[in-house]
Amino acid sequence: MITVKNVSRRGFLEGMFSAGAFVLATRYLPEDAQAATPLDTAETVDSSAWHPSVYLGFEPNGSVIIVAHRSEMGTGIRTALPMVVAEELGADWSKVKIQQAIGYKKYGDQNTDGSNSIRSFYQPMRVAGATARTMLINAAASKWSVPASECQAKDGQIVHAASGKKAGFGELVALASSQPVPAPADLKFKAPADYTIVGKNIAVTDQDDILKGKGTFGQDAKVPGMVYASIERCPVLGGTLKSVDDSEAKSVKGVIGTEKIAAFKPPAYMFQALGGVAVIADNTWAAMQGRKKLKVDWDLGAHASYDTTAYKKELQNTVRQPGTPERNVGDVDKAFAGATKTHEAEYWVPHLAHAPMEPPAAVAEFKDGKVTAWTSTQNPQAVQQAVSAALGIKQEDVVCNVTLLGGGFGRKSKPDYVVEAAMLSKQVGKPVKVVWSREDDVHFDYFHFPAAMYIKAALDEKGKPTAWLGRSCYPPMLQPGLRNGGLGSMGWVDVPFDIPNFRAENGKAEGHVRIGWLRSVANIPHAFAVHSFIDELAAMANEDRVQYLLGALGQDRIIELGGRGGRGGPSLYPLDTARTRRVLEAVAEQSNWGKKKSGGGKGYGVAVHRSFFSYIATVVEVEVDNGKLRIPRVDTVVDAGLVVHPDRVKAQFEGAAVFGAGLAMSGEITAANGRIVQSNFNNYTVARMDEAPMETHVSIIGTDKPPAGVGEPGVPPMAPAICNAIFAATGKRIRELPIRKQLA
Amino acid sequence: MIQLKINGTSRQFDGDPDMPLLWYLRDVVDLTGTKYGCGIAQCGACTVHVDGKALRSCQTSMKTLAGKSVTTIEGLAPKADHPLQKAWRETNVLQCGYCQAGQIMQAAALLKDKPHPTDKDIDNAMSGNICRCGTYQRIRAAIKLAASGKAAKA
Ligand code: FES
Ligand code: FES
Repeated sequence: MITVKNVSRRGFLEGMFSAGAFVLATRYLPEDAQAATPLDTAETVDSSAWHPSVYLGFEPNGSVIIVAHRSEMGTGIRTALPMVVAEELGADWSKVKIQQAIGYKKYGDQNTDGSNSIRSFYQPMRVAGATARTMLINAAASKWSVPASECQAKDGQIVHAASGKKAGFGELVALASSQPVPAPADLKFKAPADYTIVGKNIAVTDQDDILKGKGTFGQDAKVPGMVYASIERCPVLGGTLKSVDDSEAKSVKGVIGTEKIAAFKPPAYMFQALGGVAVIADNTWAAMQGRKKLKVDWDLGAHASYDTTAYKKELQNTVRQPGTPERNVGDVDKAFAGATKTHEAEYWVPHLAHAPMEPPAAVAEFKDGKVTAWTSTQNPQAVQQAVSAALGIKQEDVVCNVTLLGGGFGRKSKPDYVVEAAMLSKQVGKPVKVVWSREDDVHFDYFHFPAAMYIKAALDEKGKPTAWLGRSCYPPMLQPGLRNGGLGSMGWVDVPFDIPNFRAENGKAEGHVRIGWLRSVANIPHAFAVHSFIDELAAMANEDRVQYLLGALGQDRIIELGGRGGRGGPSLYPLDTARTRRVLEAVAEQSNWGKKKSGGGKGYGVAVHRSFFSYIATVVEVEVDNGKLRIPRVDTVVDAGLVVHPDRVKAQFEGAAVFGAGLAMSGEITAANGRIVQSNFNNYTVARMDEAPMETHVSIIGTDKPPAGVGEPGVPPMAPAICNAIFAATGKRIRELPIRKQLA
Repeated sequence: MIQLKINGTSRQFDGDPDMPLLWYLRDVVDLTGTKYGCGIAQCGACTVHVDGKALRSCQTSMKTLAGKSVTTIEGLAPKADHPLQKAWRETNVLQCGYCQAGQIMQAAALLKDKPHPTDKDIDNAMSGNICRCGTYQRIRAAIKLAASGKAAKA
């Protein structure tokens, strides 16, 4: 029996705490008073002796319990955010127990997406640690009758150096819990120079379990009495069930029965279940075998003619016409009218699928009008919302336990698969595990949008752009008819080059499959187009690429985008071109750019791109031989502001190099007759060891700035840097992804 | 009735003889360290050892396993101190971790065959194992570390 340990709900029921609030528990429970439930046997913050923050609890035995409220999908966030709490607290890391949070709004935003966890929660975690540290120090000071200012927190103890007095956190719990809670404004934080935990490469908390095969992912969750479901869905978005013959399916050994799942309410599919016919069985294999025997007749509906070849032409036609301006500086039209030299080009990026290594899976139990779910989700609060909407129950009657995620990349922010499990559990009266096959995952993803892009520039006599018109067109995410902007304009409106006349436009398109964000979102197509185009301009000027880019960046300056070009406020994270310049200079030095000679099948390419408020410069070395592409080396310099866990940050960029190289080389999802053509890793190919970059060298600079994103920003520079390197190696310009077929 | 050994323990199976070992391990024996990633021998997440040889458990039906001895990640080393597990710790290989049991089982079979593999040997042996998080360079480094006999971390 595999159970999933999560923060208990019992504690919550005693009082609802608002997000970020500091709640002083006046009760003092001896440890043995914590009744365990079968699914919750661990110590938890809310049942701990003292929990001065929603993220932090203490036990008299000296244990410090820190809540990880974001989802672990490989970034190390379940380790990194608790490190920040432990740092400010002065905890002994070996006494820290990390507890995964259920979905609950008191934790604030739990959507582990948008490269946002450290960025948004570094400060709240410091506040949690510093608040408790202050109260522990005040408790010790009053006990010893010494000034609090002479006491320090270190390694899980409060120490008074002058008298040599020491007390462990555990001893002070009762006294600390009765201290006044300091106002956030009165808190003193450690100077980063004094950090002993933050900045250290601590092994991730789940490493050992995973290496033993004991880590619990959504696909591994199991509860007593559970049955398994495999679901046949309409191959075309929005199609509905006409009829089903399940007699043969039911005769498969292990199959218990079949269930219809109601189709989503159009037009907005959002996070609703797609609908279909589920085969329920006593193991996954039987459910899958039974499903193959279903005879289903669908009414395919309005999207049955979707064809990506025709769609590409439609989007390309759109960007040849004026669109809706997203950002406008100077007068582009006037500049073009007076220009002696111009250059224009079109680019294309197809649909992509997330294909996380773990296909989506969820266990849900509907009982007494309430749902408990165990699932690999990036967003447990979205699970609460989507399940409550589907079943007509209250959000607080949905408990979402979060397992480890076998990758996410944005797919697991969308909880449609949990809704399926909850609906089925209600229908069959048992806990149900919905297992998505890889084919389900590839056919029914929330695909990354395809994008057609057009860029035109006017050039001065030195070949430097004086005007830039960019038009981009792609279908909206989650909901037909939605206007693209915000997430969709990333990488398009925030071009860092110093160009007096600049206009970014967007064209309208409708989606015919589910569309959602994927690791770095619109930056994937936009960075590809922008940084390929600037390389084309540099080639026309016959200039060294790094020198040309430095010239195009111009004088160091701050570009205020007013919140455009990604999530988050503009004031803390303006576009600072000095940081763009510094990462570019640093990557040139690290890669020994000045000494590299391209040609004869070997080439070097560069791209510098800011996304999720991080500045990334990447140099890629390629070898093209007989139409075959190899990437011996990638150099990346990262300015992501303050970094909590340098090794995990490096790992994100190593991984992003593989992810970015994979999508550039072969990532492509196509559709014909409304159906997705690809089905599994045999025809939706991702980078394998022998095709991935051999070595990726990552350096981190600029850590004195506020923390920015790291999960996604490594991806966007890869495709343009690779294609620029291919141009340098062979003279062939790649303007459409994937590269695959174009090198032969 | 099929008799086999899983991690040294004798087991009997009388279910669907066509059931792949993968689903027997995961759903019946509750050994979920062996993962499902593709079901068609494309990803390697389900790799186990059968009589010491690395096999894709998604393609190995129960009827072929009579009298065989299966080792999964849970049984690779009783104290999780196989040289590869140590090297994986020392190199901090894993990101999400979902592919890693398959990677380690595949690498263990490689080292048994070739205790000092070249880059080419590693490419050949490991390219059937997908890591969507992109940990390949650390996998390569960890295999070399394990092969060197210098992996220290228990
Ligand atoms: S699940 Fe067996 S190779 Fe992918
Ligand atoms: S570590 Fe995530 S798939 Fe390999």
